[in-house]
Amino acid sequence: MFGRPKTAPMDAARAAGTRLHRFDGGLRLRHHKKMSCEVPVQRAALPQRLYVPLLQHTGRAAEASVVTGQRVLKGDPIGCFRHLGSGCVHAPTSGTVSAVVKHPISHPSGREGLCIVIRPDGLDQWRQRQPIEHWAEAAPETLLERIRDSGIVGLGGAVFPTAFKVRDASQRGIHTLILNGSECEPYISCDEMLMREQPDAIVLGARILQRAVGAQRTVIAIEDQMGAVNQALGDAVRRAGAGNIDVVKVTTLYPEGGEKQLIQVLTGLEVPAGGRPADLGLLCQNVATATAVARAVTEDKPLVERIVTVTGNGVRRPRNLLAAIGTPIADLVELAGGYAPHAARLVLGGPMMGFPLASDANPVTKAANCVLVLTEQDIRPPQPELPCIRCGECARVCPARLLPQQLNRFIRSGNWEASEDHGLEDCIECGCCDFACPSHIPLVEWFRFGKSQLRSRAEDRRRADLARDRFEARGTRLERIKAERKRRIAEKKRALGDQRTMKDRIAASVERARQRKESAE
Amino acid sequence: MSRHFDTGAAPHFPPHATVGGVMRQVLYALAPGIAAHVWFFGTGVLFQILLATLFALGFEALALKARGRPVGVFLRDYSAVVTAVLFALCVPPLAPWWIAFTGMLFAIVFAKHLYGGLGGNLFNPAMVAYVVALVSFPQAMTAWIPTTDVAVHGLGPLDTLLTILGGRPVNDLGWDAVTGATALDAIRTAAASGQPIDAVRESSAFGQLAGRGWEWIAGWYLLGGAWLLYRRIISWQVPVAVIVTALLFSSITWLADPATFPSPVVDLLSGALVLGAFFIATDPVSGCTSDRGRLVFGAGVAILTLVIRRWGGYPDGVAFAVLLMNMAAPLIDRYTRPRIYGHG
Repeated sequence: MFGRPKTAPMDAARAAGTRLHRFDGGLRLRHHKKMSCEVPVQRAALPQRLYVPLLQHTGRAAEASVVTGQRVLKGDPIGCFRHLGSGCVHAPTSGTVSAVVKHPISHPSGREGLCIVIRPDGLDQWRQRQPIEHWAEAAPETLLERIRDSGIVGLGGAVFPTAFKVRDASQRGIHTLILNGSECEPYISCDEMLMREQPDAIVLGARILQRAVGAQRTVIAIEDQMGAVNQALGDAVRRAGAGNIDVVKVTTLYPEGGEKQLIQVLTGLEVPAGGRPADLGLLCQNVATATAVARAVTEDKPLVERIVTVTGNGVRRPRNLLAAIGTPIADLVELAGGYAPHAARLVLGGPMMGFPLASDANPVTKAANCVLVLTEQDIRPPQPELPCIRCGECARVCPARLLPQQLNRFIRSGNWEASEDHGLEDCIECGCCDFACPSHIPLVEWFRFGKSQLRSRAEDRRRADLARDRFEARGTRLERIKAERKRRIAEKKRALGDQRTMKDRIAASVERARQRKESAE
Repeated sequence: MSRHFDTGAAPHFPPHATVGGVMRQVLYALAPGIAAHVWFFGTGVLFQILLATLFALGFEALALKARGRPVGVFLRDYSAVVTAVLFALCVPPLAPWWIAFTGMLFAIVFAKHLYGGLGGNLFNPAMVAYVVALVSFPQAMTAWIPTTDVAVHGLGPLDTLLTILGGRPVNDLGWDAVTGATALDAIRTAAASGQPIDAVRESSAFGQLAGRGWEWIAGWYLLGGAWLLYRRIISWQVPVAVIVTALLFSSITWLADPATFPSPVVDLLSGALVLGAFFIATDPVSGCTSDRGRLVFGAGVAILTLVIRRWGGYPDGVAFAVLLMNMAAPLIDRYTRPRIYGHG
């Protein structure tokens, strides 16, 4: 489609999910999921104050569009980001803006950021809503605009603005939409619960996304251990009469849920380095994102709440909660029975890729899939890091087929060329190498540091190039001006010369005239 | 009021493996082979292990102190113990104590800590120690008591210890009758004198299949190695490459000239080949790190070992082969990098 040459890899991409493949490396981890799946998803009560961060997505923070004291309705835009031509942050409930302050924002960096503080009025009153009822006839552009205006970002953890991703993909031509329900990190069960309880919304979201991007079929990938989910999604697909949606069970192996790994499992193909799944005609979206799309389009409900798994041995009654964005994590832990004794670490996300929070005052964000509270026994005690013994376990488990042991050495010695050459940029930061390392070297932290160095070096290089270009341009300009001046002087000289000849000529003709006169006389 | 937590980097999991744990597993895996060693060569083996371990830990502690590293942390990584045990298994059981002393001095101080300590050494420390001792004290390092004679001479544990601590090579004690050639020595001598190998096969140095005693010890090392593979402490590439290449190479020479060269079974089960395949060439620090690199490394060790056995100056060549391949490891790693995901 779209004039793409029909090649063998494209056929494999089109056949996504018909035959399963393997990705390299990976870890079989204990799931720890059962503890949070025992009870249905509960709606979390609204807290006293909601702290809605203005930075909840990849890119620059949104700008507040409300002022202190202003009354807002549920779903009103309260902050907008024009970056990447995408999206807004919305009021999670009706109430009053009580402040716009710096507050912890559940960011991996641990830094604070601007939050809009909303005091709920308890009415939970929606703004005027305009559902797109006939979405099946709506123009893809209309759907994309709605996705953008509803502030939808990738809910699998990447929090990349969905509208931008979908629009970019549709311009490249997509034949297959992949919905990622392969929630491979231990402990996290919010997607599993969503698929169990709201399969119809997922299927609806799939059909809307399929239309928005122009795909012919959808593959919903779930893990083989999610028995109830398979049934639920299968029934939902039948109810919707969508013959072009397939539910595919993949083997549970971390990090299967990574976009690149899932594509490899479903198609046997690799996303080209520096490229995107769209290069293979594929678009990957998380199942929760699809649900958010369905709500945004058919009910005009922007993304103001999400399911959060609150789990771990550090909470008394692990469960999944449907929480308004901005709810302080402390409130969620309270709803999960409070902290168990010996709660030692608070993690946002899973145990492999999640980041630790210094305080439970951090709010729920669009990216917050899991609040994990761990006890001393569940984490590694602080211990000295030993030197690398080159055992190669890290390379064995690396899904990107990197040699983490070599990268580690290159980064520590500041050998940036070698680390780039050894594929530092291809690291997906899944943490498998970290987990396997017997010397307990924080490899992923080193790789993040290395990547930031590569980026700043590239930026330096860009600036240096720019400066050199400018300098060279100035040189040529000065040269040109000089040449110009020379030319002009020469011209003037020539003109003067001409003048001189003119004078001579005049003098000559005067002379001739005089002579004629004389001869006549 | 909000509750505060300590932060620590992901993964938020209890430790999966430790360096000390890995090294301890290697020691456990050596246990059956060591027992067989003691069975055939007497308690001297145990004293050699004990001595080498004491010297190794002593030098390790001194070197760590001199380098300003935490002594307790690094002594508990068991890497010095593994070096000591591997070295002790290559030393004749009645070798004088200063062999272990010299060996461990070179292994721990020169081969390991002068190169940056754990993880930094270019060469396998145990093999450096062995080669230094072998080249410096050839007599003491080749005086193996024939397995048959241990029982005959009734050398008790106390006598053994006194002999070792006496500090004199066994040869000097007028025990020439006691010390004898190993199977590989016999094969070498035969090859040098143009004798057919069948004649040597009849000597007392040989057992059912290969070197007397050695064939059993090799079997127990194989068992320990299999356990290491099962526990995924070592990767299969190195031992498989060593053994398969050795069998292939040996078969070719044997088929070409069965009168001169020993059979593949003799080659495999004599000397340190099996020990080397599972416990020495698998040293991660001084070996190759990529999967394909490890295959090349293992094959190289096997070929060099057999070339030395056939045509070199020593009856067994595992130590030299490993050290030579250590030199080549960085180069092999450079050319055997796996293709990165998404790269053409």
